[in-house]
Amino acid sequence: MSEGTLYDKVWEEHTVSELPTGQTQLFCGLHLIHEVTSPQAFGMLQERDLEVAYPNRTHATVDHIVPTSDQSRPFRDDAAEEMMAELEQNVRDAGINFSDPTSGEQGIVHVIGPEKGLTQPGMTIVCGDSHTSTHGAFGALAFGIGTSQIRDVLATQTVAMEKKKVRKIEVTGELGPGVEAKDVILEIIRRLGTEGGVGYVYEYAGEAIENLDMEGRMSICNMSIEGGARAGYVNPDETTYDWLKETEYFQENPERFDELKPYWESIRSDEDAEYDDVVTIDGSELEPVVTWGTTPGQGVGITQPIPAPEDLPEEKQDTARMAQEHMGVTPGETMEGYEIDVAFLGSCTNARMPDLRRAAGVVEGRQVADGVRAMVVPGSQRVKAAAEAEGLDEIFKEAGFEWREAGCSMCLGMNEDQLEGDEASASSSNRNFIGRQGSKDGRTVLMNPRMVAAAAVTGHVTDVRELKEVSVA
Amino acid sequence: MTDEIPEIDSASGSGVPIRGNDIDTDQIIPARFMKVVTFDGLGEFAFFDQRYDENDEPKDHPMNEPQFQDAAIMVVNANFGCGSSREHAPQALMRWGIDAIIGESFAEIFAGNCLALGIPTVTADHDTITELQDWVDEHPDADIDVDVENETVTYGEKTVDVTVDDAQRKALTEGVWDTTALMKSNADAVAEKAASLPYVDD
Ligand code: SF4
Repeated sequence: MSEGTLYDKVWEEHTVSELPTGQTQLFCGLHLIHEVTSPQAFGMLQERDLEVAYPNRTHATVDHIVPTSDQSRPFRDDAAEEMMAELEQNVRDAGINFSDPTSGEQGIVHVIGPEKGLTQPGMTIVCGDSHTSTHGAFGALAFGIGTSQIRDVLATQTVAMEKKKVRKIEVTGELGPGVEAKDVILEIIRRLGTEGGVGYVYEYAGEAIENLDMEGRMSICNMSIEGGARAGYVNPDETTYDWLKETEYFQENPERFDELKPYWESIRSDEDAEYDDVVTIDGSELEPVVTWGTTPGQGVGITQPIPAPEDLPEEKQDTARMAQEHMGVTPGETMEGYEIDVAFLGSCTNARMPDLRRAAGVVEGRQVADGVRAMVVPGSQRVKAAAEAEGLDEIFKEAGFEWREAGCSMCLGMNEDQLEGDEASASSSNRNFIGRQGSKDGRTVLMNPRMVAAAAVTGHVTDVRELKEVSVA
Repeated sequence: MTDEIPEIDSASGSGVPIRGNDIDTDQIIPARFMKVVTFDGLGEFAFFDQRYDENDEPKDHPMNEPQFQDAAIMVVNANFGCGSSREHAPQALMRWGIDAIIGESFAEIFAGNCLALGIPTVTADHDTITELQDWVDEHPDADIDVDVENETVTYGEKTVDVTVDDAQRKALTEGVWDTTALMKSNADAVAEKAASLPYVDD
């Protein structure tokens, strides 16, 4: 059993009781809700005549179904309008703060929580969305929950959970040029498998992680769930604290920063903490990783050959064969040159300012390739405004990208932004499951945001490091 | 309220095999069917894109085959239910008729969502599962008994050991899998906890 880790400490700190099932009743410091997974929970609450116990510790936004083009009401899509209206009604009745599209702060729930300073170290954070793990970047214990659990949290501000094991993933060394946080996490999932993290919480540590900015840490924690781990975190440090200072909450309550800092320091994993497992990865060896298949674990370095199914462990062979057939890729070849129809720069994994800045750096002075539909969907209205203030929107638009409103968009194809037929997409999102981007024949290649930009301008999967050299020369 | 929660010691019924590892929640219930504010009626959309082509014509899929229409026990492989936290996935399976799932392994949030609905998710090794899936193909009408309490599955003449997560077993067999009422009764302790946390200022 782990001991002295951030996970152990935050767990302890939030334990209310041990339930007869052997589960722990855990207090939830922050409950984020959105339109897709909450209405049924509010319905269950009403059925039982219960009220929202801690509306002040609950925050709502809308992200999955909002259109990212015309957001005027009523939404063109009746179902989307109904879900929006339902959420508005629920938050109004319960007195829950709502970052709606008129607020200037709406966005993907995992982007706005950190931006507003709602997400803080040492908190427990839950949301009816598996990528809640994102908030672990701040040293919070954050995990996705199902709708019945949302009901529990609304009614009691607590959740019933079993304690997990802790695996420390140490990424040593310095990342090479062109290698980003996204590549680190795709590599981790490739090595440990999509179910490697089941039963574990991941602690990301080591020089390569410490050197990342907060956005990079969020990209990594975000995809913990793709690795099977329900939560992942990074111990808070000066990078975390500097970021927090700039958030809305600490701008408005600067005195809280000094009051809370000792707590944040106290929940860091001890130097001599014990882990259930430790994995070390040499970050200096990594290169940009892209997926060749239909699970996030089916990734490969951009210069490396796509594996032959028979070279994989037996239990992975069938899935690999089906994936390669779906994607139309050939073992032995690299992914370089794989033609794409759509470039999607967005999602809670990679649609924050540094992501857009880096991608704009690749796009500047170039044009989107003929026949490619390229779009940027900022993670939040704040990100969008900040990018516009820097002129990033102009760079993207001049190159031929669509510049959209904030939302989940083509990450899961619940609004109008979807792949059509067997279109292939270079995507900065987190899931390449068949059908994920709205078309069941669609093909998704996951990659870092600069790689998406490179694919957009060349029309095929491209090693962005090469592209750079060509333009410099 | 707690006394209304049934104790679930076992589940039985005929089986349906769903083969393949890493079957994700987008396959179990595609996102476009989630634009709903209740779970009613999700059953017919379970595995929709696997079951129907673009013209809504049925494809080869166990859940389309007449002999499996009354199935209550689903037999699956590894990492079943990975992906999103959508409770729509087990809701769709439940509303299609599934009462228990036997598999090699389950994604955690999915298993938790099943528990909240009173659906046991029991595990066994690869060979045991494969054998059971083959048996179900040959005996689509025969019952499978999932004994949650004793961690066994019985089919035909055979009884095999399976694993049920401790908390899940307790929750199901003692009828405490509906946690809302249970936790609500600790409201005072929750309030105390909230007051003790440094970041709670309201
Ligand atoms: S951006 Fe994608 S992964 Fe993130 S919350 Fe939205 S749908 Fe989920």
